[in-house]
Amino acid sequence: MSKEPVAVVGIGQTKHVAARRDVSIAGLVREAARRALDDAALTWADIDAVVIGKAPDFFEGVMMPELYLADALGAVGKPMLRVHTAGSVGGSTALVAANLVAAGVHGTVLTLAFEKQSESNAMWGLSLPIPFQQPLLAGAGGFFAPHIRAYMRRSGAPETIGALVAYKDRRNALKNPYAHLHEHDITLEKVMASPMLWDPVRYSETCPSSDGACAMILTDRTGAARAPRPPAWMLGGAMRSEPTLFAGKDFVSPQAGRDCAADVYRQAGITDPRREIDGAEIYVPFSWYEPMWLENLGFADEGEGWKLTEAGVTELDGDLPVNMSGGVLSTNPIGASGMIRFAEAALQVRGQAGEHQVEGARRVLGHAYGGGSQFFSMWLVGDRPPDS
Amino acid sequence: MPEVLKAPLVVEFPFTRSLGPVQSAFLTGLRERVVLGVRTGDGRVLVPPVEYDPVTAEEIRDLVEVAPTGTVTTWAWNHAPRRGQPLTTPFAWALVRLDGADTALLHALDAPGPDAVRTGMRVRVRWAAERTGAITDIACFEPYDGARREPSGHTGVFEDPVTGIVAAARLDYTYSPGRAQTAYIDALSGRRTVGERCPACRKVYVPPRGACPTCGVATSDQVEVGPRGTVTTFCIVNIKAKNLDIEVPYVYAHIALDGADLPLHGRIGGIPYDEVRMGLRVEPVWTEGARYPDHYRPTGEPDADYDTYKELL
Ligand SMILES: [Zn+2]
Repeated sequence: MSKEPVAVVGIGQTKHVAARRDVSIAGLVREAARRALDDAALTWADIDAVVIGKAPDFFEGVMMPELYLADALGAVGKPMLRVHTAGSVGGSTALVAANLVAAGVHGTVLTLAFEKQSESNAMWGLSLPIPFQQPLLAGAGGFFAPHIRAYMRRSGAPETIGALVAYKDRRNALKNPYAHLHEHDITLEKVMASPMLWDPVRYSETCPSSDGACAMILTDRTGAARAPRPPAWMLGGAMRSEPTLFAGKDFVSPQAGRDCAADVYRQAGITDPRREIDGAEIYVPFSWYEPMWLENLGFADEGEGWKLTEAGVTELDGDLPVNMSGGVLSTNPIGASGMIRFAEAALQVRGQAGEHQVEGARRVLGHAYGGGSQFFSMWLVGDRPPDS
Repeated sequence: MPEVLKAPLVVEFPFTRSLGPVQSAFLTGLRERVVLGVRTGDGRVLVPPVEYDPVTAEEIRDLVEVAPTGTVTTWAWNHAPRRGQPLTTPFAWALVRLDGADTALLHALDAPGPDAVRTGMRVRVRWAAERTGAITDIACFEPYDGARREPSGHTGVFEDPVTGIVAAARLDYTYSPGRAQTAYIDALSGRRTVGERCPACRKVYVPPRGACPTCGVATSDQVEVGPRGTVTTFCIVNIKAKNLDIEVPYVYAHIALDGADLPLHGRIGGIPYDEVRMGLRVEPVWTEGARYPDHYRPTGEPDADYDTYKELL
């Protein structure tokens, strides 16, 4: 039996900000879901199942928030699933929803991810005072910065690359009304002059903490035929995981990430991602992860990713635009960040990305990772159904 | 086998919550000794109120005052109240359907004993003396034989509404690091670092976890590693962490102890921070009474060749 093609017919985001004190968590997710339904011209009754994701429960301290959010998401009397894969959760949540449609289990599925970081404490939630263990010595960026130094050593990349990425993503965010950071007076000099927090990571090269939610409506061919706007079609989707720490782990280019990308490309019939893919929304929480993931995802050979960044290839008007929306560097409601990547990829191939639209984008990659490079989830979406 | 370590782990945090319009009205109402419900599309009144209709999923905002008197719909006796519960003496957890409501609210019912509680009994709110806009503004319920009290018809609009609360969360665990890490910690007390080797891939894990994460087999073969090692990568920390009493800047490094197949993390001292480099050879510096080395300092050996540690970053 062949798989049912999966279409994205509705996308909704909240305006991501530092703190949404005017809404409860229910009110926040509701806003994104409502916008996705409106985009698809559907009502709650048209939804067959709800698949929701967020970062660990400890972040906001609400255990199993999906129970309390069922009313807000119209899930009463329907199947509701929660997905939980750390920072990659927004991506894997969308893939679980997509698989329900692809398998013919449900016709139309609402999928949503959120985080209210202002009412959460991610740093605390991730570094509990475990007895007998040595306390973490370095704070959030201290986990990532040594891996970035390892990449710089391995690739010979010049020190300016991280700042170039941050400067690009923050400028892209100015064209995205939903992005959290809108730094109108951003300059490369300002990025370079920002304090070095965890050398080699500067303040301006780190992601913000955001409150936000992102929702998508996924449906089958019949649903897509009724959609008022062009759908995005899933051409391939995959998840991979590996242990957080093991002997031989390559933090610069994790095997699970490479395998995940290869699986997506195989499903989509992509043999040369650099040439056949028109743009990518990649989970880049610290600027240097752009060149690192460009290599991991097969857009560049090992040690060559930074050259694409340096040459302007990843700029909005470049040959392979990356993080047209401004990316995680401009917006980071942790649990939702992966789904925003997936949704922004879909917006591009639907031609609905507004000012940050890449002209003629036909195939765009959405990517998420998390748990200290433990979980990866990706999808490739296109403007036409698979095998057409 | 030596005794496995155990210790209490307390996880505690004061979470903040933005209430949104409905919970804001409900909790502000309690502060003013007014209990509010919300009317659903099919005309039922839900107490406590919710923001979205459980049947139609529509937004609901029609606030309705209900009476502070009601009926117990079911209950369970709590013999031994715990810290933070509404009463310090034994009480009933009761579901109370307030007069005018269609659903029941969970709260404590103060009664002399389980024989004094029954389903169908009449109760009323006992208000807390100090009220802040929280569910604890209802101190508890108490038995009530009087007449039904009619609500005043409050609309739910208040001066100076409560818009957020702090919800303190606390979890109490007993933590055990298990057999392998207990052995590792015991060895540290003798200033020795002991890992375990995987019988399948031969990799040496420090600290050991009792199983190899790639092969999925138990590790038991103990291997002493170090004490010297190589800085494989690092960062320079320039911001002071809240919970740490370390002067910045300092170097936070990945250190592959000689004989280990993945790096530990540690602080580098005894050398200016801007002279630390990948490949630097280091050794632990212990302080009296500490479980872990305080930091690592240069040994003075020549730097390790990149090829010898490039798999150990
Ligand atoms: Zn092994």
